[in-house]
Amino acid sequence: MRPMIVSALIWVLSLIPALAGVQIQEVTSPRGIKAWLVEDHSIPFMALELSFRGGVSLDPADKRGAIYLMTGLLEEGSAELEAVEYARELEALAASVDYDSSDDTISISARFLTENRDQVVALLRDTIMKPRFDPDALERVRGQVLSGLAGDLKDPNEIAGAAFAKMAYGDHPYGGPEKGTIETVSALTRDDMFDAHSRIFARDRLFISAVGDITPGELGKLLDDLLADLPETSVPLPGPAEVTIVGGVTVVDFETPQSVAFFAQHGIDRHDEDFFAAYVLNQILGGGSFESRLMHEVREKRGLTYGVYSYLVPKDLASVYMGSVASSNDRIAEAIDVIRAEWTRVATEGVTAQEVEDAKTYLTGAYPLRFDGNGRIARILIHMQMDDLGLDYIVTRNDKVNAVTLEDVNRVAAELLDPEGLHFVVVGQPAGLETSTN
Amino acid sequence: MQRFILGLALAFSLGSSAFSEAAKEAVTSFTLDNGMDVIVVEDHRAPVVQHMVWYRAGSADEPVGSSGVAHFLEHLLFKATDTMAAGELSAVVAANGGNDNAFTSYDYTAYFQRIAADRLELMMQMESDRMVNIRLTERDIATERDVILEERNQRTENNPRALFGEQQKAAQYLNHRYGVPIIGWRHEMEALDMEDALGFYRTYYAPNNAILVVSGDVYPDDVRALAEKYYGAIPANPDLPERFRATEPPQTAARRLTFRDPRVAQEYVSRSYLAPERDAGAQRKAAALTILEEVLGGGTTSYLAQKLQFDQQIAIYTGAFYSGVSLDDTTFDIVVVPGPGVSLQDAEDALDQALRDFVDEGVDPTQLDRIKMQLRAAQIYARDNVEGIASRYGRALTSGLSVADVQSWPDILQQVTEDDIIAAARAVLRPEGSVTGWLMRAEEAIQ
Repeated sequence: MRPMIVSALIWVLSLIPALAGVQIQEVTSPRGIKAWLVEDHSIPFMALELSFRGGVSLDPADKRGAIYLMTGLLEEGSAELEAVEYARELEALAASVDYDSSDDTISISARFLTENRDQVVALLRDTIMKPRFDPDALERVRGQVLSGLAGDLKDPNEIAGAAFAKMAYGDHPYGGPEKGTIETVSALTRDDMFDAHSRIFARDRLFISAVGDITPGELGKLLDDLLADLPETSVPLPGPAEVTIVGGVTVVDFETPQSVAFFAQHGIDRHDEDFFAAYVLNQILGGGSFESRLMHEVREKRGLTYGVYSYLVPKDLASVYMGSVASSNDRIAEAIDVIRAEWTRVATEGVTAQEVEDAKTYLTGAYPLRFDGNGRIARILIHMQMDDLGLDYIVTRNDKVNAVTLEDVNRVAAELLDPEGLHFVVVGQPAGLETSTN
Repeated sequence: MQRFILGLALAFSLGSSAFSEAAKEAVTSFTLDNGMDVIVVEDHRAPVVQHMVWYRAGSADEPVGSSGVAHFLEHLLFKATDTMAAGELSAVVAANGGNDNAFTSYDYTAYFQRIAADRLELMMQMESDRMVNIRLTERDIATERDVILEERNQRTENNPRALFGEQQKAAQYLNHRYGVPIIGWRHEMEALDMEDALGFYRTYYAPNNAILVVSGDVYPDDVRALAEKYYGAIPANPDLPERFRATEPPQTAARRLTFRDPRVAQEYVSRSYLAPERDAGAQRKAAALTILEEVLGGGTTSYLAQKLQFDQQIAIYTGAFYSGVSLDDTTFDIVVVPGPGVSLQDAEDALDQALRDFVDEGVDPTQLDRIKMQLRAAQIYARDNVEGIASRYGRALTSGLSVADVQSWPDILQQVTEDDIIAAARAVLRPEGSVTGWLMRAEEAIQ
């Protein structure tokens, strides 16, 4: 047996009592694959999370949708197992494996009982190393993807998302279409699936976390069995996206009773020194709770919507500051006026000391609530690795929130918030709104 | 085949006593003197608690003509009480680092907070307060009514599949309130007023109509002491009515509907049948239907997927849906999404042929073994989600089931035989007892 190297760094999170159980170990397998592990032997199963950086942005420009379709085909058989045999095998093992794709990652989320670990890992290995991409499976899944794409063309949220991406990111892969178009997907071949597979699956952009009933030694062996034979490198990542949002309104005519609006301006990078101040600012302005300025003004005071939110979107290759709202066609213009006014008010007048304190108490108190379950913790560990936050981030994160001052928030509000640069994409038949540029 | 042997071996090992231990849930239940039921689900892995109050009152308990009032009242419970300002409860929860929300269904309305375990007392203080002390203004009514209308816009009016589902449900239930949408019919929502909301509140919001479910890092004795202090102090409502529900007449004629909307991209066939629900002390039929759902429509290996997606390329998607947790008769639903060039009539005919073949052929025993294996494993996975366990009890207890029914359910599922499943299919999937809906694109109105 080869020696195991387990990092000596085990963080005991006594500073945050709710996270005392979350002790992260960095495990390096005998063949050099790194993963983050939280051991918890109280329930005989584990969650394993694999994430491959690059995601659907690695599609060639003329083959958009190839990686999305390939990801959908991963569960359609591998090695000597056809699709149905493969599915029966997973059922007999009572394991679940979910695949997800985004602009920045392809992720595999697996959950399996300790007693079935070896069989599930063998099956997963074949999934990643020996895909079949059988012609009948390709046609079956292509049919599902095409049906979804046709649906997206008549879904106001999808229409708004696509229009926004095109406007903000232009010809960069972030500009879409991330799932391809009916034309590109119809033209994809089986060879394109193998090509898409080779673009994603390589060791140099792989991030791994494991949470649950497994020891560091067992995890080292699992990592080697599963992943050590992947190629070292793959195609290069795309370069940064130039964000081109010009303030104004874009109306996309669509016959439906309630208009759906996405709004956005330029954002802030995850590693910017002001990121935490911006994070607290956003919590006050439009973060998820009922307490935000936008929820108070648009929903609680005026009843103009069921929900209005804003969120920082720091992606790998660009950052934007986005939000969303939906109001009936005769009221959306008022909702947009209120959002713009609040955006302006916070930019010019700032927020109050009480708001900053409340937001910090909420953010620091709610943070431990995220760590509730093996799969949830595994996904958090992946994000920490991909954002290069370090093993001690769970301990230091609340300190970073608490260090934000009223002056920081108001300075960042003045610098970041750009009411003139805010652009609204509105899908529906909004009364009193027309496409315009500020 | 190796895989076959593997499946059997697993089924055997997970059937052992080691499995029962691994799947054990730490659940305690008791009742306060005023009739309020209490469920405690312990999970001491992290010092977090979820505090929920479930009322045995949902949209199906609403007075005729006031559809949506149960859900409207749910929104209004976030307004003022005698001692708290509008929005204060949520603000206090947030200021203590917690999250809160609420939800309404046909048979229940529930409120919850997730927060650090040492804040449980504060949650009970505020939640017990709004059980009996809300104070509404006409402005609250007007603004929040606009909010629920926008919620209906978002969930239903903007989504042709939801509009179609609402029509199909209305066609399914001739006499029972499950035929009326939870959020309400739009014209009735627009007329909801203060008296509608307060009438529902005074009738149903009382400790003897509520269930407290606390889960996470808590101990039953501590929960009992706090519950007695805050909820135990509220008198029972002596006038709490029996839950009167009209029952469905026997369905003796197949019903059909066609819903057209220009926003439809993908047409499909939706079929529903009235079906028995889980009843206290009598859950076997529902158990057979729960497994029938998996056998017929539980993914790639299911019977309908095999027949309609693999053997023939009729469908791009098939699914079956059954939820046995319901106070009254529920439905068994099937969806078939036809592939390109396949008409809805051909898809429906293929579905009916497959259903006839299924009851003739019987259940594949290896498929049944796999399903039972997954159900056993699900009990282990469930322990990783204590809120899920808590919600399971809340739903069951507001739907006429007891704690004992919840705890015997996994064993009852394991006892289901192939014959039980076929008998359930014959009893429920009757052509004359069906409702068949076609969701269609508007532009194909004339063919």
